[in-house]
Amino acid sequence: MNMSGIIIETLQVVLLIGLAPAFTGWVRMLKCWSQGRTSASLFQPYRDLAKLFSKDVVLAENASWIFRFTPYLIFGTVVLAGGIIPMLSTDLPLSPTADVIVLVALFAIARFFTALAGMDIGTAFGGMGSSREMMIASLAEPAMLMAIFTVSLTNKSTSLARIVEVIFSGQSVLKPSLAFAFLAFVLIVLTETGRVPVDNPATHLELTMIHEAMILEYSGRHLALIEWAAMMKLFVFMALGAALFAPWGIASANTPQTIPMAFVYLLLKIGASGVVLVLIETGLAKMRLFRLTEFLGSAFLMATLGMLSFFILE
Amino acid sequence: MDLQTAAQINSFLAAFVLLTAFGMLVQKRIYSLIHLFTWQGLFLSVNTAIVGYVAGRHHLYISSILTLSLKVILLPYILHALIVRLKIRKEVETVVNIPMTMLIGIALVIFSYYLTAPVREISTLITRSTLAVALATVMIGLLMMITRKHAVTQIIGFLAMENGLFFAATSATYGMPLVVELGVALDILIAAFIFGIFFFHIHTTFDSLDVEHMARLKEED
Repeated sequence: MNMSGIIIETLQVVLLIGLAPAFTGWVRMLKCWSQGRTSASLFQPYRDLAKLFSKDVVLAENASWIFRFTPYLIFGTVVLAGGIIPMLSTDLPLSPTADVIVLVALFAIARFFTALAGMDIGTAFGGMGSSREMMIASLAEPAMLMAIFTVSLTNKSTSLARIVEVIFSGQSVLKPSLAFAFLAFVLIVLTETGRVPVDNPATHLELTMIHEAMILEYSGRHLALIEWAAMMKLFVFMALGAALFAPWGIASANTPQTIPMAFVYLLLKIGASGVVLVLIETGLAKMRLFRLTEFLGSAFLMATLGMLSFFILE
Repeated sequence: MDLQTAAQINSFLAAFVLLTAFGMLVQKRIYSLIHLFTWQGLFLSVNTAIVGYVAGRHHLYISSILTLSLKVILLPYILHALIVRLKIRKEVETVVNIPMTMLIGIALVIFSYYLTAPVREISTLITRSTLAVALATVMIGLLMMITRKHAVTQIIGFLAMENGLFFAATSATYGMPLVVELGVALDILIAAFIFGIFFFHIHTTFDSLDVEHMARLKEED
């Protein structure tokens, strides 16, 4: 393990933690513009987080250790996930320790504990949110894994750094399986990050919320950590999409010349993905809960078609 | 355009044909169904032209133009006009629920992959790998005819099936002889008029295009 690798790794994690609220602010800004409203500043999410951190935590009397532990766990898993994904460079010390399947498992751990914490206090909303989240997870996770397997098959590795390197070496050009996997991935990102056709991050309307229902009992620094983790999750998924489907600009060696370029590319790609996200969100209405089986079923279908077309057509 | 690029474009178009087939299988709204059918015809036509160019079979251009004019312009127009005339607004009803239909569709794709494996071994054409997709499209069209209750959707399923056959002919043998293709095109045109007339009759007799009502046609005992 070399020194520059550790520096890049640290830089990347700091970048993730620092930039994620700005990205959420960017998405909110674009959303306001697309709906003809005046938007809050790009830095509003930072102010919200600061406000939440300065407030006291109000805990229910019967809250167990799970409830207090969950915010830290969610934050930790997302930061760890951010350390695995090659955002700036493929030469990361953490990258060989975990592949994409571990990444999916990390998100599953966070989701498992969020669902437990939602039920911990015993309010009706928490339980409802957890139950819905688990229903969605049971449909989204197979589709996610299938999409990832398709990309891994095409690039002959499940390690993210390796996938990026294979795409760089030009062995995989335009392939139908990757196109299918990408379509499936877009649907899954919308689901996993709780965006509009599945869940609405901006509302606390009692009958439609899913993620917000689970974390309804949180306050103060716990809520701040969960909100921050949610912002980072969005950022991580965008970076994952960029690494899997458009890895151009990621440095393959840690030299002082390539890293700033990689940083600029990352900002451009993430910014553009925010535009796409807002376009999708503006174009779609939120779905009824029981139509989600069809939505996620088609994600699974696309991913499976991608895998089949890898065998049939390539 | 060299052979390698052509083969790649061919497989991409094959993937899109399969995608539109699945889209039709799961689509509930009748207008979107027709749009998907139009897209499928377009992919088919482009694919035929490319195969014709690469293989040097110039009669494939004619069948490509036939596909374009019939399946992309004329048939969707007729279906559209029929829907407007018969005032079909309702969402299409399915016999089996949508996720289940999707899973059956995936199983059909795998089945046709195994079915065409021996042909793939023998054939030397660059388009041979798309044969499995073509067969899958035929089967999905058939599945669509089975799982839908509505006469218009069943006809679209039938036409999608024909698309699959046409695709199979192009990818397995570089197209049928021109005479056969002209005959098939004429058949489709005639079929379009005949099903149009049938739709009107079904509609006036049952006041609906749901073929379930035809169960009433049996003799009383």
